[in-house]
Amino acid sequence: MAEHQTFEHDVIVIGAGGAGLRAAIEASAAGVSVGLICKSLLGKAHTVMAEGGMAAAIANVDERDNWKVHFSDTMRGGQYVNNWRMAELHAKEAPDRVRELEAWGAVFDRTKDGKILQRNFGGHKYPRLAHVGDRTGLEMIRTLQDHGIHQGIDVHMEVTVIALLKDGDRVSGALAYERERGRFKVFKAKAVVLATGGIGRAFKISSNSWEYTGDGHSLAYHAGAELQDMEFVQFHPTGMVYPPSVRGILVTEGVRGEGGILKNNQGKRFMFDDIPELYKDQTADNPEEGWKYTQGDKASRRPPELLTRDHVARCIVREIREGRGSPNGGVFLDIAWIKEKRGDAETHIKKKLPSMYHQFKELADIDITKEPMEVGPTTHYVMGGIRVDAESQMSTVAGLFAAGECAVGLHGANRLGGNSLSDLLVFGKRAGEHAATFAKKHGEVTVDEGQIASCTRAALLPFESGRTENPYEIQADLQEMMQDKVGIVRTEDEMLEAISGVAELRARAEKAGAPGNIEYNPGWHTALDLDNLLTVSEAIARSAVERKESRGAQFREDYPDKDPEMSKFNIVTRKLEDGSMEVVRRDIPEITPELSEIIKEMG
Amino acid sequence: MKKAKFKIWRGERGEGDFVEYDTNISEGMVVLDAVLQIQAEQANDLACRWNCKAGKCGSCSAEINGMPKLMCMTRLNSLPMDEPVTVEPMRAFPSIRDLTTDVSWNYRVKEKIKPFAPREPDAEDGTWRMDQKDVDRVQEFRKCIECFLCQDVCHVLRDHHQHDDFIGPRFLVYTAALEMHPLDTEDRLEALKDEANIGLCNITKCCTKVCPEHITITDNAIIPLKERVVDEYYDPVRKLLKIFRKKGK
Repeated sequence: MAEHQTFEHDVIVIGAGGAGLRAAIEASAAGVSVGLICKSLLGKAHTVMAEGGMAAAIANVDERDNWKVHFSDTMRGGQYVNNWRMAELHAKEAPDRVRELEAWGAVFDRTKDGKILQRNFGGHKYPRLAHVGDRTGLEMIRTLQDHGIHQGIDVHMEVTVIALLKDGDRVSGALAYERERGRFKVFKAKAVVLATGGIGRAFKISSNSWEYTGDGHSLAYHAGAELQDMEFVQFHPTGMVYPPSVRGILVTEGVRGEGGILKNNQGKRFMFDDIPELYKDQTADNPEEGWKYTQGDKASRRPPELLTRDHVARCIVREIREGRGSPNGGVFLDIAWIKEKRGDAETHIKKKLPSMYHQFKELADIDITKEPMEVGPTTHYVMGGIRVDAESQMSTVAGLFAAGECAVGLHGANRLGGNSLSDLLVFGKRAGEHAATFAKKHGEVTVDEGQIASCTRAALLPFESGRTENPYEIQADLQEMMQDKVGIVRTEDEMLEAISGVAELRARAEKAGAPGNIEYNPGWHTALDLDNLLTVSEAIARSAVERKESRGAQFREDYPDKDPEMSKFNIVTRKLEDGSMEVVRRDIPEITPELSEIIKEMG
Repeated sequence: MKKAKFKIWRGERGEGDFVEYDTNISEGMVVLDAVLQIQAEQANDLACRWNCKAGKCGSCSAEINGMPKLMCMTRLNSLPMDEPVTVEPMRAFPSIRDLTTDVSWNYRVKEKIKPFAPREPDAEDGTWRMDQKDVDRVQEFRKCIECFLCQDVCHVLRDHHQHDDFIGPRFLVYTAALEMHPLDTEDRLEALKDEANIGLCNITKCCTKVCPEHITITDNAIIPLKERVVDEYYDPVRKLLKIFRKKGK
């Protein structure tokens, strides 16, 4: 048996992006010992890429904003299959989480009277996103990191978790390997918080990094937890499309928030053509009104470019499919046009969107202050995740918590931009707090040496001879298949093909081999990540087949309409004893009269 | 499809050599694309770090044709492609394997710097007021993505290995961001003089040149800090005043 080191903590947090760091800080503040496990180096997690901002109804820019409007916007954006209690907690607590970040050193852009500035974003009725130019995620992760390193948290960098350990029905820690030396590490813990982010590497065109292989989703699933809403994968409407090597890299919604418009190859601003009924009253009916809205005119309604991401992505796909796309298979996103409206357009764009300016200039030779960008949808976020209790963030497995992108509930069928960063803080804090309470209340755990032995044995299989499959090829084939068959436009037949495709790829993954040795060997790491990617891909496809309607991020060509019956439940996947995946429907609990009244009131 | 040659340093713990690879290149490719393609097709165990592939996380730092750069932001069309492109790890840090280095020293240095300590809130609701123009100055420093290329190129670290004495440009920028933060009340000048040894920097501006975020490290961060230290500890008038103050106590 491979040797391993053992570490003991009251609470371990797996994942060190916004949610993980916030959870670790909170658990540590509660007086328990905390271990924080990062797949990469500290401060490099995917949160760093978030651009636009974090949504919180602090009402610094528009005094009409409050938690009720934010709650109602989130529910509407999620097409009412959200966990309404999470949406309520999030809207109520986000303002305090943003202020707290400022107390820890974050430096947000300011209003004229010196308060935190807020910007417009899709689906938010009022300017609501606290931001720092277009690098808000970096500001957030660095603030949490620089605060967190002084809180007595043990940080384990470049360590990847491969299994959750169980003590009876309760979670008792995790088994991991360190990248540098390849050694196995056992983390014994009374409570575990998963904050591993998303699944974007299951698709070919993606804004996500190599880390986003659905680790937390898959670890929880194999440990007996339930996954929910996995059919809802967000395709962000604006990713770069050209040159080919940058395809998928995110172009922030902030471009549209600052007045950027979408046009097809005939120069037509096509977003006015299709405005959903649910948003008619809130959307401008002419370009001038839309422009005024982006410049802070409170009497104006928002331009159709700021409709929800699911809708904007589908409109872009329609333009491309019907032959009105840009030369490289996207559409045009134009911010340069604002020079017709503002004398200071060039400096304004560089000030508000510095990293977009930089990104296009360096990667595509395009000056966004002078010419339009070419953009198209890119896999960005998964609304689905580990099913948790709204208050505590505990999953259906005792002692196992989840927060951030790998958890489910807040966003329903479609996430609003800006609601992710606030989600990480609100529910990261809650998960950390409740994990610490759980650890204090419940006694010692034991780790199962048999489980550790069998998992380490399995993890070393890629080094055995005769394993001829290249793990990178299997990953690329999976990405290609998911993109084609379970992408933005879905049909039952294609998704059933994808489900059998996953089984075939799984058979190949069992023969995946790694050359070389266990020290910093990405071939080995890629082989080990495959099971996670295959598990989440299967959950996505099976859930998407089960939801026989189009709602939010899920668009089914064979069921193009919304079905009111299907707003009554969420779709859950879980692992059966024989190892197969079961799909079940779980009724959404009835919303409280107070919250229901708020939704009605907000129109 | 064109072919191009890459010479990538392969080895462990400083022992190794360049290995040559041919790979197809297409329009718009960056060095990281080529390295990942070589990894996927020819050298599955080629060790390198990367995350965002968009110049935002600072993971893929390396020396490309001898210049410290981010692999993800270095376009192949900016390099002479008629000769092999050399890619090697940062040289100011201990080698782990292939393109990866042990950068843990940076994390230890940061922990020693006194953290942010805000003044009392300005408003009753516990919030502060700051002017955008005061914020602009620190926002420049807070753009830092911690790629450590400035540390890699700094002679004090790279050539003189004074890691025990000098914190390097990254952490002078970090200190500047704290010292110039409109809300901060902490005093880090003594530490800058005695522990960070800011005097070791002789303003060659190499760090500014390699910064992928275009932070004006030397002019905007290091020189103002040096001036503060000089004012505090080496200004003869102030020195005299200090002596009097002490006597008066």
